[in-house]
Amino acid sequence: MTDLTQLTLEAALEGMAAGDFTSGEITEAHIRACERGRDLNAFITATFEQALEQAKASDARRASVKESGGEAGKLEGAPLGVKDLFCTEGIKTTAASRILGNFTPPYESTVTANMKAEGMIMLGKLNMDEFAMGSSSETSAYGSVVNPWKKHNRLVPGGSSGGSAAAVAADMCLGATATDTGGSIRQPAGFTGTVGIKPTYGRCSRWGIIAFASSLDQAGAIAKTVKDSAILLDSMAGYDPKDSTSLNVDNGNWVDACETSVKGLRIGIPKEYTVDAMPTEIQSLWDQGIEWMKDAGVGIVPVSLPHTKYALPAYYIIAPAEASSNLARYDGMRYGARVEGENLIDTYERTRAYGFGAEVQRRIMIGTYVLSAGYYDAYYLHAQKVRTRISEDFRNAWEVCDALLTPTCPGAPFEIGRQLNDPVTMYLNDIFTVTASLAGLPGISVPAGLDQDGLPLGLQIIGRALDEDTVFACAGALEQAADFTAKPEKWWL
Amino acid sequence: MRDPITMDTVRKIARLSHLYEGDGSAPGHGRLDDLASELNSIMGWIEQLNEVDVESVAPMTSTVDMDAPLRRDDITDGGRRDVVLANAPKAEGGFYVVPRSVK
Repeated sequence: MTDLTQLTLEAALEGMAAGDFTSGEITEAHIRACERGRDLNAFITATFEQALEQAKASDARRASVKESGGEAGKLEGAPLGVKDLFCTEGIKTTAASRILGNFTPPYESTVTANMKAEGMIMLGKLNMDEFAMGSSSETSAYGSVVNPWKKHNRLVPGGSSGGSAAAVAADMCLGATATDTGGSIRQPAGFTGTVGIKPTYGRCSRWGIIAFASSLDQAGAIAKTVKDSAILLDSMAGYDPKDSTSLNVDNGNWVDACETSVKGLRIGIPKEYTVDAMPTEIQSLWDQGIEWMKDAGVGIVPVSLPHTKYALPAYYIIAPAEASSNLARYDGMRYGARVEGENLIDTYERTRAYGFGAEVQRRIMIGTYVLSAGYYDAYYLHAQKVRTRISEDFRNAWEVCDALLTPTCPGAPFEIGRQLNDPVTMYLNDIFTVTASLAGLPGISVPAGLDQDGLPLGLQIIGRALDEDTVFACAGALEQAADFTAKPEKWWL
Repeated sequence: MRDPITMDTVRKIARLSHLYEGDGSAPGHGRLDDLASELNSIMGWIEQLNEVDVESVAPMTSTVDMDAPLRRDDITDGGRRDVVLANAPKAEGGFYVVPRSVK
């Protein structure tokens, strides 16, 4: 039999529907791949036994649905991974932080509940940057995730959804959930030769997802193909009254949209996305992408997003400010780790100093500083106004184009443990992704080529709010033209 | 407009953040002066936001215009004390056990 881990999610679902193999078989194949891929450190918690039970139940469900002439769930029997930021009932959930200790949620996040209702088999909880704060998956309390793509030394898979990206790239799962606050889905997808979709803010319920920056956090998916990412998103998204920012709108026909013609669409090329010190390979890949889209019948228009350079600094006020507020709840009293001190305050302080890693503490400090007495208007409020300017830039662009094409990241994946003199250098990884996060717009990263070292590079499509249809159509066209078939050599076997 | 971040500022912010470590090291286990200089460099980089004209601009509140949703203030869940307490670092007799805070 063919190696079932090589299949796309789409092909796996078709194969199970046709009776070529069972969920039990494809789940077992993926569990073996996960066990052999331990060196990648993609999982924090493996749930293989539960997965096998779920697969058995799924096969029974599929059989009974077939008998009654009904339709199987959108993910029926598919072994997937879940970022360890989603609360999962009865399964330890850590946010890759020590502060959550052995926290075992008695409830299920809406997104994963939706996926389970559609028949997902969960292989385990995936590693990530602590509280999703990082662009390399090195800030995890459970150790760095390793990129399946390798040069001489081990490389980062990007972050914060690095475990999701690595697991998909290494064929350890058919797809995975991920979350984005400033680029945490698209950047790791770009670094691992996978597809990463972040939908419009409000498409996926945030209920049960551990909060980082509430006005930015949005769930999405990392997958092997554009269509797989649409299948996943379609099962994740939907209105949820438990999240007051959830949008009460229907999903589009995203799966079909991936194959829709893009002829006649106008794609904008933002001139501000040409940045200093960007490798020429990334510029030439971008130029290549423009040619591909032209060949697909798309009109190319230059656009200007003049406030682009202010997006990262605004993000580094808004995200830490909201994080410092969200993370105030971790005090060692009701759940998670506790370090006993001399009194209540001392216990709080010792618990938090022990429980949070250096990057999380740094961001809590920045957030507390910009929200401290007398600074709210000068920093947070000002940044939220800059954010309006950034949104206006996009709105103006939509007058002349239907979507934007940009690189996903300003560079290729870098080595684990690369010493940085200054955190801002790490923050610059998100320069092309953070604008869409701030404006709440849908964005997707599609693998488009390899650099001179044979490492994957991605291109990004950004669309209008709620226009994932166009985003998927453009991504589908890009994917077809790029014909990216490279896979990392499986050095970890 | 902003005073530089000193070691004293770091201590003050650390206290407000409940991250203060009495042994004199900075939150994140580094040195206080290193963190002060790091925060200064980050805040200095952020300072460029002052170039943006935000005169008569409203702060962003949502991506898609929507009214704040309203719902009835009904109890829809609850009565699961033991389930909730199962995650407590310390619990006794149906209560959280926390350090004494009133003498």
